[in-house]
Amino acid sequence: MTRFVTDPNDAPRIDRRDFVRALLEDRGGLIVVSGLGSSTYDVAAAGDHPLNVYQWGGMGGTLMIGLGLALAQPQRRVAVVTGDGDALMGLGSLATIGVQQPENLSIVVLDNGVYGETGMQLSHTSAGVDLVGVSAACRFAQSSTVTRLSDATMVRVLLHEGRGPILVRVRIATTDVSRVLPTRDGHELRQRFATALRLPSRPNDPIPPRD
Amino acid sequence: MRIVGYVPDAGLQRLIERCIADPDIHDVVLTTEEEGIALIVGAALGGQRGALLMQSSGVGNCVNMFSLVRGFGVPCLVVVTMRGEAGEFNPWQVPMGSITNDVLGLTGCRTYRVETAADVDRLVGAGCDHAFDNRAAVAIVLAQQLIGPKQWTRE
Repeated sequence: MTRFVTDPNDAPRIDRRDFVRALLEDRGGLIVVSGLGSSTYDVAAAGDHPLNVYQWGGMGGTLMIGLGLALAQPQRRVAVVTGDGDALMGLGSLATIGVQQPENLSIVVLDNGVYGETGMQLSHTSAGVDLVGVSAACRFAQSSTVTRLSDATMVRVLLHEGRGPILVRVRIATTDVSRVLPTRDGHELRQRFATALRLPSRPNDPIPPRD
Repeated sequence: MRIVGYVPDAGLQRLIERCIADPDIHDVVLTTEEEGIALIVGAALGGQRGALLMQSSGVGNCVNMFSLVRGFGVPCLVVVTMRGEAGEFNPWQVPMGSITNDVLGLTGCRTYRVETAADVDRLVGAGCDHAFDNRAAVAIVLAQQLIGPKQWTRE
């Protein structure tokens, strides 16, 4: 039988929708990659945007999509918004990102300690597995946990100006929120993203200057 | 090519070293191959060409992550060195080696198999054209006979 520990100082309290909405206020040219499931609904609920890269598959890959974008678009800031389950499935990605040291990449882990999409089964973080500690050990420039909604303002500044790689764990409440579903058409997402980035139609052609 | 992810393989050693030495290439060492699929999907969305280098055993690790390639409709170029073929010393390499080609096909990769050194240029070129002209998933599969069997003793 698995033993899950409860740390009273680590009680979940932040409303995920409120936090993500505050995080993405006045986002400017920020690229946002959201993880499969609830994180994608949270990012969509904050307002659909052509620079959102929603995941509908490939659980465990969100952090690495963020790294690929951060390397391909060094002049942009890239934020990954995902859950503890996705981060745990891609745990090795933290080591890979630690080697690359992308200064423009931030990872926000919405940690409720459960797999919300599949029936609220407890995840490893509920047993005390520490994603902040892992990222620090993987040479992230900044790693921290936030426990209050008002911290969103500070995290927002980090996403836009902090030196990456950054990991912020947000201790969100386990409440079940409504699903807000963005388009599931990945080709549409790709095309509108490329248009927003003013990408050439073929890879590696020179990128036109920004206005 | 701007972003190259890899899990090391002896047969890819010189290619990896050349990628690391190239100032125009981000060389990204991975902990597992499926990280690389997501990496080059992200790179492609960001407008940069990427490739992924792996041994045939790594193909099995990537299966679900190929959903991202189909989902977004981005090019995906994978170079695979074969293990488990004729002359393989380690029988544990055979199960995955014997299904690598089928697995690649099932995930939607078009496979270009290279048997001899004389075919490398032509087939790698054709594979790159197909991947990047058509936003397709392509695997360049380098036969074990091309690399030679792994040497288990030092001379």
